[in-house]
Amino acid sequence: MHPILGTIIQRLLLGLVTLFFVSLIIFSSVEFLPGDFTEAILGQAATEETVAAFRRELGLDQPAYMRYFNWVGSVMQGDLGSSFSGRNASGVDRSRAVIDLVAPRLGNTLFLAGMAAVISVPLALLLGITAALYRNSVYDRTVNALTLTTISFPEFFLAYLLILFFSSLWPVFPSLANVNAETELAERIYKCVLPALTLTLVIVAHMMRMTRAALINLLASPYIEMSQLKGISKAKVILRHALPNAWAPIATVIAFNLAYLVVGVVVVEVVFVYPGIGQLMVDAVTTRDIPVVQACALIFATTYILLNLTADILGIVTNPRLLHPR
Amino acid sequence: MTDSTQSYSAAAEVGQLRERRTRWQIIKIELAKAPYSAWFGLIVIAFYLFVALFAPLLAPHGEAEIFSQSFAPWGGEHVFGTDQIGRDIFSRLIFGARNTMGIALATTLMSFTIGGGLGLVAAISGGWTDQLLSRAVDVLMAIPGLIFALMLLTIFGSSILSLIMIIAVLDSTRVFRLTRSVAVSVVVMDYVEAAKLRGEKLPWIMRREILPNIMPPLIAEFGLRFSFVFLTIAALSFLGLGIQPPTADWGSMVRDNASMIQFAKYDLTAALTPMIPAGAIALLTVAVNFVVDWFLHKTSGLNDEH
Repeated sequence: MHPILGTIIQRLLLGLVTLFFVSLIIFSSVEFLPGDFTEAILGQAATEETVAAFRRELGLDQPAYMRYFNWVGSVMQGDLGSSFSGRNASGVDRSRAVIDLVAPRLGNTLFLAGMAAVISVPLALLLGITAALYRNSVYDRTVNALTLTTISFPEFFLAYLLILFFSSLWPVFPSLANVNAETELAERIYKCVLPALTLTLVIVAHMMRMTRAALINLLASPYIEMSQLKGISKAKVILRHALPNAWAPIATVIAFNLAYLVVGVVVVEVVFVYPGIGQLMVDAVTTRDIPVVQACALIFATTYILLNLTADILGIVTNPRLLHPR
Repeated sequence: MTDSTQSYSAAAEVGQLRERRTRWQIIKIELAKAPYSAWFGLIVIAFYLFVALFAPLLAPHGEAEIFSQSFAPWGGEHVFGTDQIGRDIFSRLIFGARNTMGIALATTLMSFTIGGGLGLVAAISGGWTDQLLSRAVDVLMAIPGLIFALMLLTIFGSSILSLIMIIAVLDSTRVFRLTRSVAVSVVVMDYVEAAKLRGEKLPWIMRREILPNIMPPLIAEFGLRFSFVFLTIAALSFLGLGIQPPTADWGSMVRDNASMIQFAKYDLTAALTPMIPAGAIALLTVAVNFVVDWFLHKTSGLNDEH
């Protein structure tokens, strides 16, 4: 067996174990709820029977490990339980299935994150490579200073700055990204320009700096000096000699930043009132709607873990030294 | 006393050499060499600290004092106008410095106590203690921090105490990793071994033998963690889940006044109102980053390669 395959399988198993523990943590959040939370959800007037029925539905009469396996089983089948909102003291259940709440919003969030990724990845690579190429020039210094500033800014500050300039003072883009299922693609893109731009500003900075650092490290190695001494052009040195070895760190950087995007999306969605999963989660936290929070946390954590896993594996697969073992 | 000009005393020369610069002198010399960015950062931080410490003396009105006119324009009695229920924005900004920074500082201190302590324990004990703690931290770090914080806030409710506890615990994972990784190389030193053989207890070894030797990276990390915690708390408050009203706080001030941005065309100052607290947050994080950058440069002996 190729040794690299063993490493990858090992990483995948490790990811699976992590996922197991994370699901355990998210599941056990219900365990820590204060005892009177049924009352908080059903209202003060809830009768004994209603409370008992609600507790039975949550499975609180079963041992914890049974509930965990049931929960995982139903999550696998796409059943994330039903929301706490819409329940009341009389026992009439008007709650909606969590999956119906989450599914359309997940699509919206993926669209926004995808749009941000499509803009930011090429931009960051271009900036990073050129900055490494013209190191310590005015251009490099300017890009560096600008990215350091955007890294230190909170997301909502960047978002409101963009709204102030491009929506309020010079109204070219809408400040509300209120899309729905019927919105056409062109309009959807138009409405998502400012949110996507905010996310882009946040992650381009990280990606560009890490790309630059990776390349600069590489440019200091002897074989690059050799190729320079041979007299080939700067562009060729970068494209033919440096980049093949730089793909591993750069791929890792990209996957890592897309994982970061998952978290950044929450604040941005709230600023632009974008109907994504981040906003759903914030609303659910406010109303303490545990099933929805659990579902959102599970989705965010899974995406995050998978992207980090991808970063890991990409790093292994694209490493020339690991690909051709002696 | 007799022939003081000719005689040579080795002890006197050694004694002279021992006369070191005092800590204050060293600080003054370093400050004189500091770049402009570090000076800028230091001045901003000093200014913020001053405002935070003397908030009640500086603020013209009370923190939660409500005036009859809501959304009052700039100027006159209210420098930056009033917010949606008629509280003076300028005063709330000043009190916000105290609350937001105080809570962030308390959280960072706590996260360093937890993460640093456990990191040292893991590095010194090694073996299964180290394995257990490190794997637990791996799992905790696999969940994005903000998402985890949101989940925990659902369970424990958003009071200031639970906010501090939750973020401190989540943030301590990163402190743990750093402390452990720098302490591991110190733990194998002979003087630590000697202390162990002398029969010193774990707390003594942690405090007297290892901690002084890993201080510089930890101090730099403190600055970075502080600005990160500060941003997290601001983000949570902005989402309406952090510091709760009527306590003045920059994150929630941005949220409360955000709608005023729409009026930029008619009254620019109104649109700038929500930008002031947001800018205050941004300015502080930039300042802290500048100072940390300089400090890292000094202590790690890096030259300007990266």
